[in-house]
Amino acid sequence: MSSTEKYVAAAYLVVFVMILLYVVIIAAKLTRLDREVGELADDVRAQRQGEAAGDAAAGVADAGADG
Amino acid sequence: MKKLIAPLDNAVGLALLATLLIGVATAMTFFYAPVDEDGLNQKIFYFHVPIALTAYATFGWGAWKALVHLWKKKPGADLESYVAIHQGTIFGSLTLITGSIWAKLRWGHWWLWGEQELVLFLVIFLFYCTYFMLRYSIEAGPRRANISAVYALFGVVLIPISFLAIRLAENYIHPIAFTTNGPQMAGSQFGTFLVCLVAMFALAGALYRLELLGKRLDTKLRDLRELVLS
Amino acid sequence: MNGYFGDVVTLAVKDLRLELRARDTLPAMALFVLSTMTIFHFALPSGSSDNAALGLLWIAILFTALLGLTRTYAPEREQSMFDGLLLSPVDRSAIWLAKTVAALAFLAAVEVVALLAFWLFFAHIGWSLLAAVALADIGLCAVGALVAAMATASRSRELILPLLLLPLTIPVIVGAVGASVADDPGKYLAFLAMYDAIFGVIAWATFEYVVAE
Repeated sequence: MSSTEKYVAAAYLVVFVMILLYVVIIAAKLTRLDREVGELADDVRAQRQGEAAGDAAAGVADAGADG
Repeated sequence: MKKLIAPLDNAVGLALLATLLIGVATAMTFFYAPVDEDGLNQKIFYFHVPIALTAYATFGWGAWKALVHLWKKKPGADLESYVAIHQGTIFGSLTLITGSIWAKLRWGHWWLWGEQELVLFLVIFLFYCTYFMLRYSIEAGPRRANISAVYALFGVVLIPISFLAIRLAENYIHPIAFTTNGPQMAGSQFGTFLVCLVAMFALAGALYRLELLGKRLDTKLRDLRELVLS
Repeated sequence: MNGYFGDVVTLAVKDLRLELRARDTLPAMALFVLSTMTIFHFALPSGSSDNAALGLLWIAILFTALLGLTRTYAPEREQSMFDGLLLSPVDRSAIWLAKTVAALAFLAAVEVVALLAFWLFFAHIGWSLLAAVALADIGLCAVGALVAAMATASRSRELILPLLLLPLTIPVIVGAVGASVADDPGKYLAFLAMYDAIFGVIAWATFEYVVAE
């Protein structure tokens, strides 16, 4: 490969690598978003379960008061 | 017209278009456009110049969105302006690197202060790098959006002024102006160049939409968290 | 004096009075420019041309202006008066204009010292240099008063002002150095005047967005 060809190839390489780096950054971002959405879902689930347990406990207390 | 543009206004459409066009452009550069007396290094020109023009276009788009923010107070315009300028710096650094390689090939030096386009780019690049320093040293909020927008507007004014300044500086830094009047472009070369230009615009548009999607998703997730857990 | 320009004069005079009372900025700028020139004497090897000295003079002026501009909003900041100033029934751009005028006054005063020292230590001073100084000062202070307001909003005030100002002032330096060293200073002076006009108008129009919450 002549040196001119090498330079041309290097210039293309730079562009290619830069755009792939962009892909890496977007991938990192997607990974973080994925994790955060998962955490949010877990939080919501925990909250719902807490509420359900709270309702159940309240129900028992009400029954006790009736009797 | 609006219907025609609509598919291009989303990340997927633009990404598809960019993929297609970059493929065609690269093929045309190497298999269709003739190698002229300038030699093989002319192949760099086919994407160096489109990348540079794309960088200017994204800076211009960023300034436009900044104006929309200041003028119309449109929500989201600040974020769009920021993302456009971010794209501009990415394409700007690519311009500097590929231009440097081109200068090395053509004149045997990595950097030529006599190459006005490169010097102009350096000035603009430094200016926009400061944009990020400024933006990230101000707390998020309307004040930051306003200041970023004003700074972005200064950028588009600085571009032509710096261009003139660098022209003027040539006269006392390099008294003998050397012209780079290359051979006129043949039709096939010009066609290739145009396809490359449109391809770069599509690529920048796709990356812009992609980044914007990510940022908006971030904001929406935060909103959602507050809605659900408050 | 009433109206817009009355406000500008009142605000600018207030800054100048504060400076005359406290003497915070001017002596520092004068001392800085003299020290810089002394450094330049040692930085220029013998046989350097007058042109090199002129180039360094412009660096000295630019950095001195920068030093003064970091203090542009210091009076308001130190006494937390900026909100009060914004609430007063004054057009926001009048605040910018007053700050520009005050900064110009400081810079001009220091430049008298600087140019005397330059004439004494280094080289002859021509009329084109004086014209360039006057025109460059306007551009530096007009843009400087705006970006200094940006810098006060940021966490890294003193650090970010040079970063903001230097890329914006590259055209000023080109025009100023060109006018100082070229045989035909006319077009450089015209360029400086154009810069002042364009950036002056933009800074005047956008200042209210920079300070508004």
